[in-house]
Amino acid sequence: MRSTWRRRLLGPGWIRAIWMTALFFGIGFGIVVGIRALAGWDPIVFWDAIIVVAALTAAPIGFLAGLGAFDYWIAWAFGQPTKPEDHSGHGARRWTDYFRINTDHKVIGIQYVSTTIFFFLAGGLLAMLVRAELAQPEANFVDPQTYNQLFSVHASLMIFLFVIPAFAGLANYVLPLMIGAPDMAFPRLNALSYWLLPIAGIMMLSSFFFPGFAAGWTNYAPLSVTQPFGNVFFSMAVQWAGASSIMTALNFLVTIVTMRAPGMTFWRMPLLVWANFTTSLLVVIATPFIAGSQFFVMFDKVMHTNFFEFGEGGYPLGYQHIFWFYSHPAVYIMILPGFGIASEVISTMSRKPIFGYRLMALSLVAILILGFSVWAHHMFVAGMAPWLRIPMMITTLLIAVPTGIKVFSWLATTWEGKINFSTPMLWGLGFVSQFVIGGLSGIFLGAVPIDIHASDTYFIVAHIHYVLLGGSLFTIFAGIYYWFPKMTGRMYNERLGKLHFWVTFIAFNATFFPMHIIGLQGMPRRVYSYEDKFGDWNLFISISSFVLGVSFLVFVYNMIVSWARGPRASANPWRGMTLEWQVSSPPPLFNFDEIPQVVGNPYEYGVPGARHAVFNGERDEVRAERREEEEVRT
Amino acid sequence: MRAGSLIRVLLVALLLAAAATAVAIFIPWLPAQASKEGERIDFVFWFVTAICIAIFSVVASLSVYSLVKFRAKPDDDSDGPPVHGHTGIEIVWTVIPLMLVLAMIVVSSVALAQNDREPKGALRVEILGQQFAWTVAYPPPGVAPDMDHFVCFTPGSGDVNKRCKRSPNLVLPVDRPARLHLTARDVIHSFWVPEFRQKQDAVPGLETEITVTPTKTGNYRFICTELCGLGHALMRARAIVMEQSEFDTWRGAK
Repeated sequence: MRSTWRRRLLGPGWIRAIWMTALFFGIGFGIVVGIRALAGWDPIVFWDAIIVVAALTAAPIGFLAGLGAFDYWIAWAFGQPTKPEDHSGHGARRWTDYFRINTDHKVIGIQYVSTTIFFFLAGGLLAMLVRAELAQPEANFVDPQTYNQLFSVHASLMIFLFVIPAFAGLANYVLPLMIGAPDMAFPRLNALSYWLLPIAGIMMLSSFFFPGFAAGWTNYAPLSVTQPFGNVFFSMAVQWAGASSIMTALNFLVTIVTMRAPGMTFWRMPLLVWANFTTSLLVVIATPFIAGSQFFVMFDKVMHTNFFEFGEGGYPLGYQHIFWFYSHPAVYIMILPGFGIASEVISTMSRKPIFGYRLMALSLVAILILGFSVWAHHMFVAGMAPWLRIPMMITTLLIAVPTGIKVFSWLATTWEGKINFSTPMLWGLGFVSQFVIGGLSGIFLGAVPIDIHASDTYFIVAHIHYVLLGGSLFTIFAGIYYWFPKMTGRMYNERLGKLHFWVTFIAFNATFFPMHIIGLQGMPRRVYSYEDKFGDWNLFISISSFVLGVSFLVFVYNMIVSWARGPRASANPWRGMTLEWQVSSPPPLFNFDEIPQVVGNPYEYGVPGARHAVFNGERDEVRAERREEEEVRT
Repeated sequence: MRAGSLIRVLLVALLLAAAATAVAIFIPWLPAQASKEGERIDFVFWFVTAICIAIFSVVASLSVYSLVKFRAKPDDDSDGPPVHGHTGIEIVWTVIPLMLVLAMIVVSSVALAQNDREPKGALRVEILGQQFAWTVAYPPPGVAPDMDHFVCFTPGSGDVNKRCKRSPNLVLPVDRPARLHLTARDVIHSFWVPEFRQKQDAVPGLETEITVTPTKTGNYRFICTELCGLGHALMRARAIVMEQSEFDTWRGAK
């Protein structure tokens, strides 16, 4: 009896997480108060510093330690016995296994996707409130401070807690399966990187209780520095979310480089693997820049350094350069994995090989490289050296070429195919069509003279939503529906899936297409009141956006009910060729009972007798078949 | 692709191009145009629009045709033809977009260079943004328009030099180029008059410049477009363009 209590209190889990969170908060509190008392600073109990050190830094570390994220490493570091072959924390036998540190990439993938959908719905609610305010020209629903917080937190949640980690979650589930690996290269690091996410999300949401994060998700200095104290909630939340991204990206890189099944050369990898390979390179190289930019803002704010305060020798444009050096590559971090998902879905559902596989992979690499040389196109009117706009315009518009190649190749893949208009395919094709519109408006913005007029207007708002909602979100849905049978072992309701697509597709266009018009006509972004003449359009947009919001309830209902009671799914409902479809749904604990041998390309639809991979038992059989074929030919 | 389907795709493409052109022409996309710089920006806008309509109709017609024509029959489990690619087509859809992109780059660069030039005899205007109002100041006649420091403002202060004419609105004479010199006192603001098409951030501690040559008299919106705090939505003034004689009287008046 006593020993079970002891184990509950001291063993990894939620009880230990709660008291260790409190303990670490206390330690942080002690450090701040102790130093201030020793130095004789007034006041000794200084809450601004205590919140940053104790609540936003120490307490989350305590939470992670309590949950057990560091147990193995700490034991190893202190020379205690570790059991590398202990798989008690691997896989989900009960639903509670999804609520603890779990080293199974499949469990982590589902944890990721569920968590990010929660934050997607939260961020969507904030957007509904923004639209409620904008339904009429004058201020009437929320006060300006709340309004500025609403759109700031909306964007931050959607970017850092939805799009980026939702892709990481989907890839977490399918990528090891696709390359024939039993798990990710670093399963414990994988678990840790998931658990950083809820911490970041709760920090962003709780910024509503400490007003101050009201400078937009871009958090431009010097405005952010002059904001009330609560701005540090964004600065710190970005650190946690960014650390999570970097860890996952490292994990993907090492997994892809070292854990491919025999025969899986780079030119035989599915395009989703290529997409996550390039995305991970972007994440690893770029993410430290936003971490730096937000640390600088926080230092300026809390410690009164002078990175960006011009009167003290700081340089306001420096912030924008550092910020966009991450945040433009971040746009590709938010779309390249979507390109990967679209390629999988469109090829399988068209029953045809992906058109121009190598050029598809190479254009991902071209976007990766060009993506680092375009950041200042967000600063065409910012006051940087005027000549710098020309090279930035050239690289920006050049990215249209590899992106165009991808769009043309998807279309060519459907050409003369046998197109199956299932729900994932609808989302995949919907993505291509909306992304074309977002790409074309991007060309307008890439041309400096037009950007000078359109910058910081609703045209920009329209453009980013076509790219991130019509682009990223649509591919996330394509991925969720496509792999839902694999993940849950059950089939979703196809009619509800199609209903979800069509309502979202129509309401999305009704919401965001008119924004192009009012933007060019002269409505700036990030305002809570506007000229009367934009009133009609805004009312129409607000109503459409509420329909858009409601459409996601169909999705949530479909997912929950189908997961609980949907019909059993077969191992390969889409007749896909990639490796994740060659194992049961859901897959065995370590993915493959025997290591697959990759013998061909991943999209050989329509090629008689073609195989992507064979398993040990079948190998001799296949060899015999080949020999026979050769004999027939000669 | 056979000749029959080629003709059908072309027909769809023409229809879609006509529809897109109608959308471009019949929806009032741009506000009234009231500056010479705006004329050049609008030219680039319509140039890019034409190219985008062409791209859109090609992409949309191919997809519409493909999705209608190649829909699988309900019980058809067969695969499509195993086409892996076509080097010729892939070169075409790399090179043609590259050419279009280069054309847009050249047109944009030329327009930008012309708009950026500081014309001789330009009127010097200094603009200070602060939360949440604009201060427009006119140095006394005779001050060189290309001075490299502000005549009317001192850094970090909202005061205006007494020798300067001060106004809450931007007042400009018609048909005379004006060189606007912008700065900000507290946070970043942004100057925008939609009818002029010109936009430029006003940054604390920096001097940014932009040229505007009004072509029509009138009373326009002068909006801050960079989020600058709680009153950002209300940081609006007027841009008033008048005849030169009228302007001289206004400027001379106390």
